[in-house]
Amino acid sequence: MNARIFYENSETSQEFRCAERPLLAVRGLTKRYGERIGCAEVSFNLWPGEVLGIVGESGSGKSTLLSCLAGHLAPDEGEVVFATAEGPRDTVTMSEAERRRLARTDWAFVHQNPRDGLRMGVSAGGNVGERLMAVGARNYGAIRGRALDWLERVEIAADRIDDRPRAFSGGMQQRLQIARNLVTGPRLVFMDEPTGGLDVSVQARLLDLLRGLVREMGLSVIIVTHDLAVVRLLADRLMVMKGGRVVEQGLTDQVLDDPRHAYTQLLVSSVLQV
Amino acid sequence: MIHVSDLSKSFTLHNQGGAVIPVMAGAALSVEPGECVGLTGASGAGKSTLMRMVYGNYLAAAGSIRVGDLDVAQAEPREIIVLRRRTLGYVSQFLRVVPRVPTIEVVAEPLLVLGVARDEARDRAAALLARLNIPERLWGLSPTTFSGGEQQRVNIARGFVHTYPALLLDEPTASLDAANREVVLQLIGEAKARGAAILGIFHDEGARVRVCDRLVDVTHFTPGAA
Repeated sequence: MNARIFYENSETSQEFRCAERPLLAVRGLTKRYGERIGCAEVSFNLWPGEVLGIVGESGSGKSTLLSCLAGHLAPDEGEVVFATAEGPRDTVTMSEAERRRLARTDWAFVHQNPRDGLRMGVSAGGNVGERLMAVGARNYGAIRGRALDWLERVEIAADRIDDRPRAFSGGMQQRLQIARNLVTGPRLVFMDEPTGGLDVSVQARLLDLLRGLVREMGLSVIIVTHDLAVVRLLADRLMVMKGGRVVEQGLTDQVLDDPRHAYTQLLVSSVLQV
Repeated sequence: MIHVSDLSKSFTLHNQGGAVIPVMAGAALSVEPGECVGLTGASGAGKSTLMRMVYGNYLAAAGSIRVGDLDVAQAEPREIIVLRRRTLGYVSQFLRVVPRVPTIEVVAEPLLVLGVARDEARDRAAALLARLNIPERLWGLSPTTFSGGEQQRVNIARGFVHTYPALLLDEPTASLDAANREVVLQLIGEAKARGAAILGIFHDEGARVRVCDRLVDVTHFTPGAA
């Protein structure tokens, strides 16, 4: 595990991008809430180094889908096969302990509300260091050094390392949550509306940061949002959801510029121009 | 390098009574390495539509679009992503960037994505920006605040920073002054000399005459027109 902690992400992205096997292969994923459909028969492949956007209105099933993919919700049907170091594994049928280990190592989850992804009573440095300790890091100096390095990467001044997140602005909290998630060098990051609730100027800064990290670390990302401008700038590919089903998918700019489905056409034409 | 055959396209407007608008039929053209082919035809004849289809930005209804070894009309999104990174560049009329990213980073980004070292990518970006007369004091600022002509030049720098084997140029000399127009025409000439296949739209007739080896009138591909 130590190699992973001190992972320095220089060469990996190119190598990932030429991979012949998907990082995540999703087949027939379905989740029902009684009679109501959460998401139904969702299938797709996510390739290493790819950013996949999932858009749709509130209630379209995109958050349910993300929760099922990340193992926060148990789907009723389907499989979510992740390419682990030991080969492809269906994360739906693996044990809870194995899934938790994935969540600490190869996976990361960035919540819309930083308070759901941070420990508000622990210092900024502690928030980042905690995830390192969860995968076995013990040397205090090394952990603090890594934490400082990551605070710098997400543009939080070093002298804020001992402050609690409560004292941070919303944008800073979100950047801290990203640092906490990425410090262990995950391969797949789930993001739920990561720029929601932030001022537009703060959003731009966060988008720039995310793009750089995706490129440098060769991250694969599944990002749920209702903001088409965000996916255009961040996502390689796009899935459009309505009523729990994927109604259209393809290259992000193709889906937005040449939408096929009535719902996507409505969505795109409803965006206000500035 | 670029081979289009029997390409057709229509738009279906679901929210306007399901109207189906055929916009292209039987389109065919080829661009060989080292050649520049200009698309002509009146406004609305389908020049940009054809170019967007070659880039994979619009889906084809039928036909094939071969760029190198890939049929863009049939390809998976991830294949088109790789094609755009390595092989097929596109200078559009619009600059779409994350708002606060400095100009030099915007221009260097296509190289960084290919794994070129940061210093080298920045050096090559700087050389192009200097050549296109973007003052150095602006390189650290976001191009979103620039004038139209400056944005256009940033877009051109971004499109020429990597030596793409195939290039799509949508009005690359529009809104440029004479000196900068000359620089862009030289860049196009150099790209041809190194073997790039270029497909372009040039309303600027002088530019078209100077860089294009052949012209293709897209009016022939308009459905219903003979």
